[in-house]
Formats: sequence, structure tokens, C-alpha cells
Amino acid sequence: MSELIRKDASELAALLSSSEVSAVEVTQAHLDRISQVDKKVHAFLHVDTAGALATAKDIDTRRAAGEKLGVLAGVPLALKDILATQGLPTTVGSRILEGWIPPYDATVVKKLREAGIVILGKTNMDEFAMGSSTEHSAYGPTHNPWDLERIPGGSGGGSSASLAAFEAPLAIGTDTGGSIRQPAAVTGTVGVKPTYGGVSRYGVVALASSLDQVGPCGRTVLDTALLHSVIAGHDPMDQTSINAPVPSVVQAAQRGDIAGMRIGVVKELGGEGYQAGVQQRFDEAVVVLQSLGAEIVEVSCPSFDYALAAYYLILPSECSSNLAKFDGIRFGMREGDDGTRSVEQVMSQTRAAGFGDEVIRRIILGTYALSAGYYDAYYGQAQKVRALIAQDFAKAFAKVDVLVSPTAPTTAFKIGEKMDDPLAMYLNDIATIPVNLAGLPGMSLPMGLAPEDGLPVGIQIMAPAMADDRLYNVGAALERALVSQWGAPILSSMAGV
Amino acid sequence: MAGISRDDVAHLAHLARIDIPESQLAHYATQLDAILDAVAKVSGLDTQDVVPMSHPVKMENVFREDIPAPSLNAQQALSGAPAVEDSRFRVPRILDEE
Repeated sequence: MSELIRKDASELAALLSSSEVSAVEVTQAHLDRISQVDKKVHAFLHVDTAGALATAKDIDTRRAAGEKLGVLAGVPLALKDILATQGLPTTVGSRILEGWIPPYDATVVKKLREAGIVILGKTNMDEFAMGSSTEHSAYGPTHNPWDLERIPGGSGGGSSASLAAFEAPLAIGTDTGGSIRQPAAVTGTVGVKPTYGGVSRYGVVALASSLDQVGPCGRTVLDTALLHSVIAGHDPMDQTSINAPVPSVVQAAQRGDIAGMRIGVVKELGGEGYQAGVQQRFDEAVVVLQSLGAEIVEVSCPSFDYALAAYYLILPSECSSNLAKFDGIRFGMREGDDGTRSVEQVMSQTRAAGFGDEVIRRIILGTYALSAGYYDAYYGQAQKVRALIAQDFAKAFAKVDVLVSPTAPTTAFKIGEKMDDPLAMYLNDIATIPVNLAGLPGMSLPMGLAPEDGLPVGIQIMAPAMADDRLYNVGAALERALVSQWGAPILSSMAGV
Repeated sequence: MAGISRDDVAHLAHLARIDIPESQLAHYATQLDAILDAVAKVSGLDTQDVVPMSHPVKMENVFREDIPAPSLNAQQALSGAPAVEDSRFRVPRILDEE
């Protein structure tokens, strides 16, 4: 196996900038790795071999000519298949967009290209980002590199699995209720959901517009920060984009000093319903944070107990509206257009044939929650609960600098285990949902392996809006202490694909 | 609160323009009823004086400068369409015949 694929993005960036390796060599090493293992992992829906090598060659030429390039120029990346890529298929894990090739790039994709980052391909995901296991992809599940019979989390399971399988050192995800953080937790990788509005969503297929956020994924806190700084910032093409300076995430990741910080442990996110090994590793991580000089405070956020219920009303309501555009008229598949059927019949047949079960469930639920007579009791009430959750966060952040919790209640479960029980599947998001509802930033990073099954466990860090740098500061401090305790990064204890 | 019946699913599916086969209506109804029962928990909190929150960041009238810039041409805009005729989206009939 090439040593290059084992290197962090920051290490590759240093080797590339000193011309010790070429971008073509780095890219080829990762493409080789993908050909070698992706039949088993299925992290990718589409690999752009020619495009990746062409970008890499271009970077090498420009570097040789003395051009000043971005820090990550020549470093490869795996892109979630929810971001529009000009000339490259974008399916969102759905049959309804099979074969669709967008005529434009998402702003994030544009920024990646401008930074000279090499896009290896598009990663697998739950259809329209609805799910916590990547089993809801219309193109078959992704397998967790720690144990191929288990799920890699979702909806961004392809992105997280590509990192854990050393197919890519960086990846992009999107997070509506945990789709970056929960996959990071169950694959032993790092993922950040930035502040709502911190990263442009122009060209990102919308699931729930008041919740969705694009974010960076990596194997280390520093790598994730480097990618965060490339993709973040104001975009006039996205009217929810925040027009303010990007938090100093890279400096924070390099600092990692939490002496004197106040860290809140959320009482409601732990205990009952959490796997014993998850809770144990979390309690140990809190002791580590304390030993690094942080003051630990127990914080109660009583309305968090209602977050899951509010989320599964708000999200279906918004998605039932957002997904109306998939009607077989302007893009994607069309079913039943034989000249005898009306446009409405064709739309109905197209949507029935193009959408999977989970997408249909959520559209129906959202249509119900928004319908006359039920609106106040369901959608209206959920929005009020949402306001209470934001208030709980505000009260907590008056007392502490960041909050922590386990990222997910369990380690990776078996493929197939929860497919017939939507409610059991939804419970995976119980700890990650609150920050989406309040629009705040959250990070997941590895905090060890659960003793009972040897699978990775993630800790979640949450911060106030536009204080994303705090996630990286705390994450870097904890990562440094834990890796030194373990003697090596967590992925080195993975048996290998 | 009311549950979701098989007929409700059929009605909602029609509103959402999804042609769910008859044979699957009951299955969806059972699952959706269980989900609805769980999310009805939102009514358990006292929210009398709470202002509903539709969006995490308060923003009003977000404008950008109206600067002319290149946009997609017709060919690009039609490139993903399932059916095209005379540089336009071809659609099934919209009005009933006669």
C-alpha cells in the first residue's frame, strides 16, 4: 500500500508545497486505493479518474511555474453527491436524478476548484440525505471500513467511509440533523457542521432549508479546519449566507489550549438510551478535558427532550415542499409519458418510481403536518419547541464556552438492522439535532473505541453561532491528549479493509 | 390527536403527487401512524407565550447588487430535461381533452 494514502491532508500539503511529491502521484495513489477497496466499501457513486488527474497535472504545472497556490492545492477530496458539479453526475442518492449532469457548479465546488483541491468523485448517501445509515441510497449501501457488515452512518456515510478507508484524506458533507457528525462518530473520523449560514448552499440540493448546512470532514481536527477555511464565507448567491468574517478555525486548531475554559456537559444528552461503552468513553473524555485545565459544569437543557419530535415535524414539512421540484419536467427521470396521461399523472408516476420509501414517508408526513386543521398542532407547535431549544442553548452559553455530549447514542449497527423501523433509525440523531434547530456549529471527533464491540465512538462539541473556532480549539486539545494516550491515531487500530 | 388511516395516506399521496400502489397504502399508514404518535410529543411542552421560530438567523430583505452577469443559455438549461422540443421543455398535456 502506498504510504501517501496514510498521510493527513496537512502532511500531504507540506510534501506538495516543497515538491517532494507531485499532485499526480498523490492523486494516483488515492485512485489506486479506490480501485482496490471500493468494491467492498462502496463509498463512491462516481469516480472521476480523468478529471482528478487533469486537475492534479494542472496544479503540478502551475507549481513548477512558481505560481502561489492555496495551502491544500493538489490534495484529493471526496465530494458528497448532493453538491452540483458541472459535467459530473449528481444523483443525491436517488433514482429520480439518475444520469443528471448539472450545468453549473455549487459555490462550494467552485471554491474547492479555485483552491486547487482535486475532486476524486462523488460519494454515496441516503437518498436526499434522509437517513442515518446510507442504507436508503437507491444505489445500495456503503459499508463501514471498521466492519463491512455495519453501517458507516448517514446520510453522509460515503464521505466518512472514504476517509476511514484511506480513499481520500478530505471530504465534504452536509448536515441537516447530524449527517456529518454521526457518520464521523461511527467511522472514527472528524466532521464539522458549521454555523447555519457559514458556508454557501448555492448548488446544494435542499432537504430542509432552515436546517441544512455544508461542512468539512477529515481524519484530524487540523485537516478539517483547513478545509473549513476554504469553503466558508459569504456568498451573494445564497440569501441565508452570513455576511461576516469566517471564524479563525485554522489558528484555533493549531492552538488547542483550553486552560480556564468552561465546558458544559448536557444532562439530557446521555444516560438512558446510550450504549454503556459510549457513555463510558464520554465520561473518560470529560475527565481528560478537565485535566487539560477546563472547568466542567453540568448544564440542563430540558427542552432537548423534545428536539427529536420537533425535528421530525419541521424536516418533513420543509422537505415536502422542497422536493416538489422533482416532477419529471425539467430534469431527471420521467415515467408514464406515453401521450395518454396528463401532466399530473406523469408527475405522480415519476415521483412514485423515482423516490424510495423513506423519501415518500417524509413527504407524506410533511404534507399531513402542513395541512389545514393540523398545522397549529404539529408544524406550529414544533416551531415553538424549536424556539425553546434555542433559548436553552442561549441560557447554557451564558454560563459556559462550549457544550459537549456523545455524538450518537450507539456505535455502528449492522446493515439491515433498523431498516424496517423508521423510528429506531431516527433515534440515531437524538444528540445531533439540537444544534441544527438552533443554527449552531457542532463537531464530532473520535474519543476511543467502545469496550464491548471495539467500534469507534465520537464526542460532540457545540458552540454559539459564529464561534466555530471554539470547536476546533477544544477538539485539537482533546485530540492531542487522546492520541498521545492511545500512542497513535484511532484509525491505526482498524483491522483494514 | 388523530392518527393516519389508509385512506388518509391515499389522500395525502394524491396531494403530494405520488402514485403509491394500493397494496402499499396500509403499510405506509402503519408506519406513519407510529411516527406521528411519537412526534405528537411536541404538544407536551407549555408554549403559550412562545414565538414560533421558523429560521435560526433573523434576516430581512436580503438583496445583492443587480449586476448583469453571464447565466445559463437555453441549451444548458435544457440539458437535463427528460423531453425537449423547439428549445423548450416538452410536457405531457396539461388540460383535459374536449
